[in-house]
Amino acid sequence: MTTPLPLLLGMSAALFSLGLMAVLSRRHAIFILIGIEIMLTAANLNFIAFWRYSPQPQPTGVMFAIFSIAIAAAEAAVGLGFVIIVYRHYKTTEVSKLNKLKG
Amino acid sequence: MNIAAFSLLTIFTLATAAAAALLPRLIHAALCLALSFIGVAAFYALLGAEFVGLVQILVYVGAVAVLIVFTILLTHREDGKGVSAMNWGGVAVAIAVFDGLLWAILKTPSLMGATANSEPITVKQIGITLTAGYMWPLQCTGILLTAAFIGALILVMEEKR
Amino acid sequence: MTPWIVSHLWLIPAAPLLASLLILCFATEKRIFTVILAITGQVFALEISGHAFFQTLCNPGVHDFHNFTWFIFGETPLRLGWLLDPLNAAMLVMITLVSLCIFIFSVGYMKDDPHFNRFFTFLSLFSAAMLGLVIANSLLLLFICWELVGLSSYFLIGFWIHRPSAAAAAKKAFITTRIGDIGFFLGLLWLYGKSGTLLFYANGEGCLEHAALLSLGGSVTVIALLIFCGAAGKSGQFPLHVWLPDAMEGPTPVSALIHAATMVAAGVFLVARMYPLFSFGAIHGVTPSLQTVVWIGTITSVMASLIAIAQSDIKRILAYSTVSQLGLMMVSLGVGGMAAGIMHLLAHGFFKALLFLGAGSVIHGCHHGQDIRKMGGLQRLMPVTFATYAIGMMALSGFPLLFSGAWTKEEILHATWLWPVSVVPHLLMLAGVFLTALYMTRQMAYVFFGKARDKNSLHAHESPRVMTIPLIVLAVCAVLFSIVLTPAWPWLESYLTGEHIPGHFGAIFQPMVFFSVLLVGAGVWVGMRVYSNAGKADPLQESQPEVFRFLENKMWIDEFYEHTLLKWSADAARLADWMDRRIWDGFVRAAAGAGRLLAYATSNFDQGGINIGVDQGCDTTQDLARAVSAWHSGNIQNYLRAIGLGTLALLILYLLLG
Repeated sequence: MTTPLPLLLGMSAALFSLGLMAVLSRRHAIFILIGIEIMLTAANLNFIAFWRYSPQPQPTGVMFAIFSIAIAAAEAAVGLGFVIIVYRHYKTTEVSKLNKLKG
Repeated sequence: MNIAAFSLLTIFTLATAAAAALLPRLIHAALCLALSFIGVAAFYALLGAEFVGLVQILVYVGAVAVLIVFTILLTHREDGKGVSAMNWGGVAVAIAVFDGLLWAILKTPSLMGATANSEPITVKQIGITLTAGYMWPLQCTGILLTAAFIGALILVMEEKR
Repeated sequence: MTPWIVSHLWLIPAAPLLASLLILCFATEKRIFTVILAITGQVFALEISGHAFFQTLCNPGVHDFHNFTWFIFGETPLRLGWLLDPLNAAMLVMITLVSLCIFIFSVGYMKDDPHFNRFFTFLSLFSAAMLGLVIANSLLLLFICWELVGLSSYFLIGFWIHRPSAAAAAKKAFITTRIGDIGFFLGLLWLYGKSGTLLFYANGEGCLEHAALLSLGGSVTVIALLIFCGAAGKSGQFPLHVWLPDAMEGPTPVSALIHAATMVAAGVFLVARMYPLFSFGAIHGVTPSLQTVVWIGTITSVMASLIAIAQSDIKRILAYSTVSQLGLMMVSLGVGGMAAGIMHLLAHGFFKALLFLGAGSVIHGCHHGQDIRKMGGLQRLMPVTFATYAIGMMALSGFPLLFSGAWTKEEILHATWLWPVSVVPHLLMLAGVFLTALYMTRQMAYVFFGKARDKNSLHAHESPRVMTIPLIVLAVCAVLFSIVLTPAWPWLESYLTGEHIPGHFGAIFQPMVFFSVLLVGAGVWVGMRVYSNAGKADPLQESQPEVFRFLENKMWIDEFYEHTLLKWSADAARLADWMDRRIWDGFVRAAAGAGRLLAYATSNFDQGGINIGVDQGCDTTQDLARAVSAWHSGNIQNYLRAIGLGTLALLILYLLLG
């Protein structure tokens, strides 16, 4: 029996929320990056699910997923570079301490 | 896709992702993250996009997760205070967003009657599509990756005075 | 076709008026110019008056008039005019001649006064006003000149302004005559309202002509009495006589001009002029208004004569004499002897002016002393003054034959004898004749006969010629005038009444004449007996102290007025002042207080309410800003949470809205 599409989408939604929770509620900068990665993964999953259940077969979904993964990797690299820089300068990785832009 | 496989895989992926989000120790969370990526790759395989799954494992698990672990090691504090507290406001927002998304999914009636097409996709097809139809994005992605790589290097490189 | 002189009658008052204005504007330290201007004005007026007099001689008994429109109220024109008739012309000649003599006299009398120029300004103004009054053909024009006369007399009586008694006397004169003038004005208004015109003679439309008098109906008496109020005030009849004796505070030429010849004559002149009104509907020559005139004149005459006996100021005796004679004139007019009254007025003008100027000469000679008890023996020291004064006294008392007063008094006594209503005025006038002779003799005895009673009179000197020559002129006039007054040649009477009255020599020897001569002789004899060798104290005072005191204090009339009318008006003034201060001022202050209260409330509201409100507003805004800026915590995760919620909200909105 094939799984119905809503179930798949619900699962990716749950994954997305977990990633969001990681972003919003953890104080460590790397945890935020972890959360972002999880969110991106969930979005990719969404695309593949829709590709799977689309009426006409087309490669667009797969293409998108591939490109998304590539860009996510680039972004993760830069982000982690930032974390290292910030750690070097401020000697901390807690985002709540990086509040120089407060009004 | 088989319901049983789906549910098992769901449980595994969600559990590890939750662990990645919630574990107090950073290194544990990073390792659980890698596990969740693997779970997602299995998902891709189950859904018929095996190539994407393999790419996922190669890139995410092989590069991103490792990068995260390296960064953790580089920014490790000697006092061993790797514990991070939770902010419950964020948890509330995440739960609210999840509810919203669920509601969006359930409200859309056209999703219910969707059927899966069992047309597989081969690597050959993917290759042809990439180089024939998606050449432009491919090259741009290449440039992007180069730029990111150079940028990250410059960022991290220590100034020698 | 009015003659030239009638339409140009205005020249007569214009000359003194012009002189007055020129003196006012251009007078300098050099007094010669003032003198020339004033005297020239008077001479010119006399010249034209003579011209007018001759005009009336040609047309006897005619009222020549010239009317013109002054201005127009909407549809109604207001007309004024000049009138020339025998009454007018005779008055004009008398007034201008007497004024001229008095002007010349004043040049000498006021020689030492620093305000010489101001005196002649007012004197000329007075002369102009009086002449205007006499020539008026409209009751309104007459009233205007009447008021001007009153104003000029105020200026002249109070001429020595630094003297408080003079200022008080001027005020008293003005206010007392004003009270009379109120009645006059009311009568004037009533007359205008009823008859529609104020012109005296206007080809049958004038208010003294038959048609208008008929239209007045039953209000003739009231109007006449109201107008008589004005006449009583100006001529010093009881009860408005109180100003006249006090008016002696002015310089003596003023007393001569105003209170002998002219202003006081204006009241009598008014009654004579309005005679058709007074005598309208007369039954045997008697109307209620004329009766009132007679009784008031009688009371005045007798009362004033009695008071004169006990006065010790030389001018005051003459003032009371004037009041008494005016009463006599009013009686004469009232009983129907209009011609007799006017003749006496003309004669009185001459000899009373003569007496006043003589008194002025005496005062000047005695170094400005006026108390007769301090004079004496001036017969030898001031002979010209004595001679002229004696002529004047004889004319006033009524010495027979040569002296004008005699004939006119005969006429009046004759007329009162014939009055159908009562014989009391006649008897009282006889008593008046006796008393007049008595007090004049008293005055002569005290001033001129006997020995000097004071050092001032001991060293008295005759007045300079500029003062004595007018005295002589007036004395001559007084004597000559009698010629035209005798019943033997009743020229003046026929001239005035327009009727031809036959004269015969035998009229001199009527029984009335003898009786009055007897009375005059009796008066003189008694006077000489009692007063010829009197000392400083008055013999009457020694024998009858209470009577003397009653008479000396002017029968307490002034005191009566003071305690009643003046007190009431002072009380009313005080009440009005209290009301003004407390009530009206209270209102004003309350309004001001309300204004201030409003200002205070507004200020408080502004400071307490608005300021604080604005301050609070600003503070609240600042707090709000601070609170909002606190959102910029700098914490990235906060921003992200906000973004998450926002996106969720957008998603839900998108889904809800389809």
